[in-house]
Amino acid sequence: MTYPSVSKGGRGYPPLLAELHDPPARLFLRGGSMDVMALPAVAVVGARSCSSYGAQVAREVARELSAAGAVVVSGLARGIDGEAHRGALAAGGLTVAVLGCGIDRDYPRAHAELARRIAESGLIVSEYPPGVEPSPWRFPARNRIVAGLARATVVVEARERSGALITADFALELGREVFAVPGEITSALSAGTNDLIRQGATPLLSAGDVLDALGLERAPPAPPPDLSPEGQAVLACLSSGALTLDEIVRATRVGSAEAAVALTELELAGLAVHADGLYRRTTGGRDPPAVAG
Amino acid sequence: MLARAVTHALVGLEARPVEVEAHLQRGVPGFAIVGLPDKACQEAKERVRSGIASAELEWPLRRITVNLAPAGLRKEGSGYDLPIALAVLAASRQIPPERLAEHAAVGELALDGRLRPVPGIIVAAEAARRAGLGLLLCPLESAPEAALAGIEPVPLRHLAEASAYLQGRFRPAPVEPAVATANGSWPDLADVRGQERARRALEIVATGGHNVLLGGPPGTGKTMLARRLPGILPALTLDQALEVTRIHSVAGVLPSTHPLIDRPPFRAPHHTASAAAVVGGGRGPRPGEVSLAHHGVLLLDELPEFQRPVLEALRQPIEDGSVALARAAGQAVFPARFVLVGTMNLCPCGARGDPSVECRCTPQKLAAYGAKLSRALLDRFDLVVHMPRARGRELDAAPGEPSAEIRARVEPASGRLRESRPSLGKEGRDLLTRAVDTLPLSARGRARVARVAATVAGLAGAESIEPAHIAEALSYRAPPELAP
Ligand SMILES: [Zn+2]
Repeated sequence: MTYPSVSKGGRGYPPLLAELHDPPARLFLRGGSMDVMALPAVAVVGARSCSSYGAQVAREVARELSAAGAVVVSGLARGIDGEAHRGALAAGGLTVAVLGCGIDRDYPRAHAELARRIAESGLIVSEYPPGVEPSPWRFPARNRIVAGLARATVVVEARERSGALITADFALELGREVFAVPGEITSALSAGTNDLIRQGATPLLSAGDVLDALGLERAPPAPPPDLSPEGQAVLACLSSGALTLDEIVRATRVGSAEAAVALTELELAGLAVHADGLYRRTTGGRDPPAVAG
Repeated sequence: MLARAVTHALVGLEARPVEVEAHLQRGVPGFAIVGLPDKACQEAKERVRSGIASAELEWPLRRITVNLAPAGLRKEGSGYDLPIALAVLAASRQIPPERLAEHAAVGELALDGRLRPVPGIIVAAEAARRAGLGLLLCPLESAPEAALAGIEPVPLRHLAEASAYLQGRFRPAPVEPAVATANGSWPDLADVRGQERARRALEIVATGGHNVLLGGPPGTGKTMLARRLPGILPALTLDQALEVTRIHSVAGVLPSTHPLIDRPPFRAPHHTASAAAVVGGGRGPRPGEVSLAHHGVLLLDELPEFQRPVLEALRQPIEDGSVALARAAGQAVFPARFVLVGTMNLCPCGARGDPSVECRCTPQKLAAYGAKLSRALLDRFDLVVHMPRARGRELDAAPGEPSAEIRARVEPASGRLRESRPSLGKEGRDLLTRAVDTLPLSARGRARVARVAATVAGLAGAESIEPAHIAEALSYRAPPELAP
């Protein structure tokens, strides 16, 4: 199988990428074409072993950027990268994955199915021809392409001296906007992002911050959902932070079965998510289902 | 001179009649056992000879041949000692052969002639009764178990008592049949404070007989809850109790003081257990933990720690409700219909699900941890219950509802569900379809949710599955990292 490619100086080569200090001479393509780069692109990157909170933020930021018409660029890695691609796909948007290995490889293997879905509507790119094995020393080079393709870069979670900070460095060198999601000062996963903020990156409090910087309209907010009384009570008590189901039962005086029903209602309405036994509020929302029989 | 005794060979949970023929001939004194005895049965020679001497009976100085018929059936174990000794005594006319012929006999002999219990007494006793024999000569400790089979046991302490009884000189005390009373009780859910989520899940599990996976950091009470599941399962019927008792008897783990197992069993093999120990096998063959948990609960604590072959071997019993073990002469089938409870940490370091600790597992380690459990096995868990670490307030919670009150809801609901399954209407189906579209939920996940929703509806006494039942069932779905 052969893969199309674009060459520096040639047709279809993204002008933003050419601004890099050492732009790739050639980019191989899988799935779509470079036409997707006509849309404003935002890189969303971060730690591979992220927290469930970080995963949720990455997914939602990507979803909102995507819904507003931006292309989400990331590195197909586990953790934040994967969630960013998934968020964009969930919004029916376009997303671009940049590989640090041959264009024909799916790395990590666990993301083969994700890669397939990305290639269906969006695009996978690599500066490496088919057959090149993934190798850690190629990842910083991959990160320069991620930063180079995007008009802004969002770092969701990053440990100190991690790969996502390299992406941010490339973006700063190019004079592009860098956003970092602020985190707890006690968490190693936020050490890198908090440090970026100290160095002048914009703290990201909502996807709207990025859209404003790019001059994009925010997608219209979801209509106020029509929730059951239990759903409203549970949603209200989640405003104080992530809670276990037992904590919700205790805070709302709703029974365990009813709380489970309400949480499913909120999950299906896109108002809450569940990970590792903790339920959290989201910023988005869809029409809630009718769950009360 | 020739005499016969009747005993039984265990084949799985069945007993086949075996005729023990003792033949005394002139010639050089000797003793041979023929008819496919295994090593333990072959060694009966030493125990029988020594036992007869200890009972102050006479060892015939003849060429003695004992034939175990049918010859094609392998004779395993030491339960042939007593019938062999009695056949030899009858052939030498020290006891009346016609009296012996009215009895079945089973039991191991110690070198001093005392009788010792052997596995499978209830099964042998049932077979004797079916063959029209009303009396079973057996060790004293085994008599209550034999009485469960509706046969009259003749409880014996020593070979000397057996010969005295058959000579009409000794009458053993009659055996009280074991009555079906609760032998002790399982730990109670009243001991568990808080944990409303997990308690509700256990009630659904007990009602529908669903397999459940409890996930969370160490020390959140996963094992403590699992041990309280048998106490809320529907009570065993007498037929079920006898079935469980047979299995435990054949496995040699039946308590002699209270031989009828009349409440759902609970088994929790260690994660180092072999596949043979868990699903059965070895000599006999012996039923494994899955069969010992029949009509009860099998807890696999720290599921990912179990060896992969053990987990793979579990699939057949979970699928079929029984285990078929190959043996030399065909197959032995043991029932194995149990509720499987698995527990696991959410990651190798155990921090996931604990709001106060940060997980330091690398993505590679996390992926390897999940990969230890095969998709096929994870598919068998209808409910996944997260048990995150509580932030200090749980201890203030009131004592929980006692198990007896929960069982009072479980029993009628599970009875109703056995009679008719609640139907899934259009509204419920639409909600399921929406869930598949919106959440990470696979087609197999959808089927599991529908099963759980039917049980939730049954607990609510509803005839059809309402959207609220589906919504609750959806909250027990497996997270995407376990079942994409
Ligand atoms: Zn961990």
